[in-house]
Amino acid sequence: MNAHRKMDKPDTRNRLDDMSQGLVGTAMDRPDGPLKVSGQATYAHEWEVPDMVHGVLVRATISKGRVTDVASDEILADDAIHAVITDDRLLRRPAQGGANEAPPQGSKQVDYFGQPIALVVADTFEQARHAANNLKIGYETEGNAAFDPEAAATETDKPEDDQLDQGDLDQAMRNAAFTVDQVYRTPGHNSAAMEPHCAIASWEGDKLTLRGSYQMLNFNINELADALHISADNIRMLSPFVGGGFGSKLGLSPEAVAAAIAAKEIGLPVCVTLSRQQVFETTMRRSETHQHVRLSCGEDGVLTGLGHECLVSNLPGEEFYEPVTQATHFLYGGKNRKLGIEVARLNRTCGGSVRAPGEAVGMQVLENAMDELAEAAGIDPVELRKRNIPEQHPEKDIPYSSRRFTEALDEGAKRFGWDKRNAKPGNLREGDWLIGHGMAGAARINILSEAKAKVTLLANGSAVVETDMTDIGTGTYAILTQIACDMLGLPADKVETKLGDTDFPAGPGSGGSWGASSSGSAVFLACEEIRRKLADKLGSDERDLELADGKAGTGEPAQSLAVILDGEEISAIGHIEPGKTLEDWQQATYGSYFAEVAVNAITGETRVKRMLGVFGAGRILNEKTATSQCYGGMIWGIGSALTEELAFDNRDGHIVNHDLAEYHIPVNLDVPQIEVVLLKERDEFASPIQAKGIGELGICGAAAAVTNAIYNATGIRVRDYPATLDKLLEGLPDQQQ
Amino acid sequence: MESTELVVNGKAHKLEADSRVTLLDALRNHLGLTGTKKGCDHGQCGACTVIVEGRRVNSCLTLACMHDGDEITTIEGIGQPYNLSALQSAFVAHDGFQCGYCTPGQICSATAMIEEARAGWPSFVSDDLDGPAELSDEEISERMSGNLCRCAAYPNIVNAIRQAAGEQS
Ligand code: FES
Ligand code: FES
Repeated sequence: MNAHRKMDKPDTRNRLDDMSQGLVGTAMDRPDGPLKVSGQATYAHEWEVPDMVHGVLVRATISKGRVTDVASDEILADDAIHAVITDDRLLRRPAQGGANEAPPQGSKQVDYFGQPIALVVADTFEQARHAANNLKIGYETEGNAAFDPEAAATETDKPEDDQLDQGDLDQAMRNAAFTVDQVYRTPGHNSAAMEPHCAIASWEGDKLTLRGSYQMLNFNINELADALHISADNIRMLSPFVGGGFGSKLGLSPEAVAAAIAAKEIGLPVCVTLSRQQVFETTMRRSETHQHVRLSCGEDGVLTGLGHECLVSNLPGEEFYEPVTQATHFLYGGKNRKLGIEVARLNRTCGGSVRAPGEAVGMQVLENAMDELAEAAGIDPVELRKRNIPEQHPEKDIPYSSRRFTEALDEGAKRFGWDKRNAKPGNLREGDWLIGHGMAGAARINILSEAKAKVTLLANGSAVVETDMTDIGTGTYAILTQIACDMLGLPADKVETKLGDTDFPAGPGSGGSWGASSSGSAVFLACEEIRRKLADKLGSDERDLELADGKAGTGEPAQSLAVILDGEEISAIGHIEPGKTLEDWQQATYGSYFAEVAVNAITGETRVKRMLGVFGAGRILNEKTATSQCYGGMIWGIGSALTEELAFDNRDGHIVNHDLAEYHIPVNLDVPQIEVVLLKERDEFASPIQAKGIGELGICGAAAAVTNAIYNATGIRVRDYPATLDKLLEGLPDQQQ
Repeated sequence: MESTELVVNGKAHKLEADSRVTLLDALRNHLGLTGTKKGCDHGQCGACTVIVEGRRVNSCLTLACMHDGDEITTIEGIGQPYNLSALQSAFVAHDGFQCGYCTPGQICSATAMIEEARAGWPSFVSDDLDGPAELSDEEISERMSGNLCRCAAYPNIVNAIRQAAGEQS
């Protein structure tokens, strides 16, 4: 039985507010928590598969050219070595999120340093690693590789539908009372999920089971089928627990195909886990960006012009590019606008989605520029933003759906004590530390994605939710359980949510912050259908049905579900599809950040002392997991502001800092007790459960609050991220004496 | 091949393995104790933290054959889903994790760290090198900074440890 809804109309019923079980929105503990804290959750590498052997990928040590020789025979002389795989189906690059087909294949051609070119399979991991290190590869290099995005010789192209030239920005800049005209740079980032990518492939005849660590099984299964030239009907993928993804596991990556080919060839299950260095080199990087921002305003601070022109990079042939201007299009007004993206074609690790592609670095820079404009115009930064929240979409003739930007700015300012800030830079000092305060706005587009979920109300009155949707730390197990509990009137321990198995109906996958609202809507729709069946049994109208604590009735829940069901079970598949509300309304989530930093006057070291985020993201499904998502985003913002930077060697394009010792993500002491406030909001245009995405909103501008605070502390604008000590040292007051 | 006896969570295991096998891979690949995680294999992340003879170590940085006869506590020995330690329960209640991959390492690390503080070991942020080490938030953060969490559950990791350490003292 199918309950289908295309989101063509807003859903103003707010049904989840009326359910007496009342779990949605609460800070319910994650049902998967006890397994995770006791080490019993099964991540990709951890399945017990009898007779499993181990494969280790071999990486290219040239940047562009061809593999001419693989000296397999030398290492195959060792009995422990099962195979050296150089099959033409090996993935050369990971698939982009949502690709739904195989990415470029064939490991003879080399496009970037670190590209996988072969797989060595042995009895044990140690043997495979040793042999992989010893495998001699012959190459023919091509000399015309490109490594520097800003070099004159580097080829670039401009994606046609991401260029906007509206009005006359040059003229607006000339006529303005105040302007900002600056170039900012953000470096490349790596997702650095704690669980390295891993796949275990095992075959039974033509049937492949692939246990892996992937975010979007609904697409990954088709990518795998296409890569192997087999039917998706012959594949089962399992990812019930994913040790973080942040974009790096959206598309299928090389280990999956390598493991499947090897397992078929040698007739044994094969496990391939990427080393940390391989995660950096062969999965996705966030592109570095070069952003030229121009802002013009009148005496009143109201924008008359807005320019945001960006240079990013990717491998030749990749359609994905970092959509840097995504939120710039709708966040602030200004009649004269010039927004555009240019893509440099480089022989570097593939560029792809890393948490909040676009806004993570675009908002970070736009919000720096707004801070500069506030200073130039002598208007408080919070006030300047409020004056520029447009009534009409500045580029399209569509209205906004629910938008709580003003409230987020006001609430944040109030809670942080913004009115007590000393607006004059470099004016507050505690001993050796210069103290500064900064703020920034947050914005991230909202997306609804097609999703299915099956809900079964069992005869004993408990329920099971099933979808191939994943929980990558986002809280899917919790929120789907909560929605089913409320809709069916069950306590939390009476609903079991099963995820990450392609034998279940196809969910939306975890990405782009759409997971919770999309899969949650599918569960909601399935439950509505079950309620209709229950109402039929009771001879009543579904809308009059009261369900709570395992009982049902009209008016009040009187009879136990088990009695009403009388040995039967009811199941339904909910199916949500995005529709007109996504095109005809500008949907987004909004927020604000406020930060206090201390910059050491002697060393230039920055410590974040206090940080607050206020967010409006529609209905909050679980206060605890939503808050954790915001912590995650904001702390990524701290990393982006202060330490995170992929360093490329421009002689061969290799990533110099390809591990966690050299690529600096924030550690515990880098992070204060962050405060997160979630505004009450229902967005009827977003989904039947009035929820929007929240997994990425926390990062979309967070770094700017930190660097704006550094400016307030020191009077130094760092426009070349991250704001490391060396960039501050020269400008510090103590150095200038 | 090396023959090693590891006493893991109170139980003796005979291990016949390649001398290159790390303690981490011995636990995960040979003894089936996959609660201990591998995040980097290079001593950079702390996901593999276990307690060896009372002290927390990165099990990826030490070879199994170096631990003949050693008493090792892994996350499986700290508590089970229906019998969680106070610290494990506090991690659930405070949402001290998201994806959960760094979590066994965080919990093993914190379990040993609380004992270190109790024994008066100072840290980089301690005011007094000889004094008793009060577990302030800053002390907890510093002492837990060898355990990376990319989900960045840090504020709640501190909240969970503060609660559990407070209850124990
Ligand atoms: S796996 Fe041992 S420290 Fe990272
Ligand atoms: S919970 Fe995901 S890395 Fe810590």
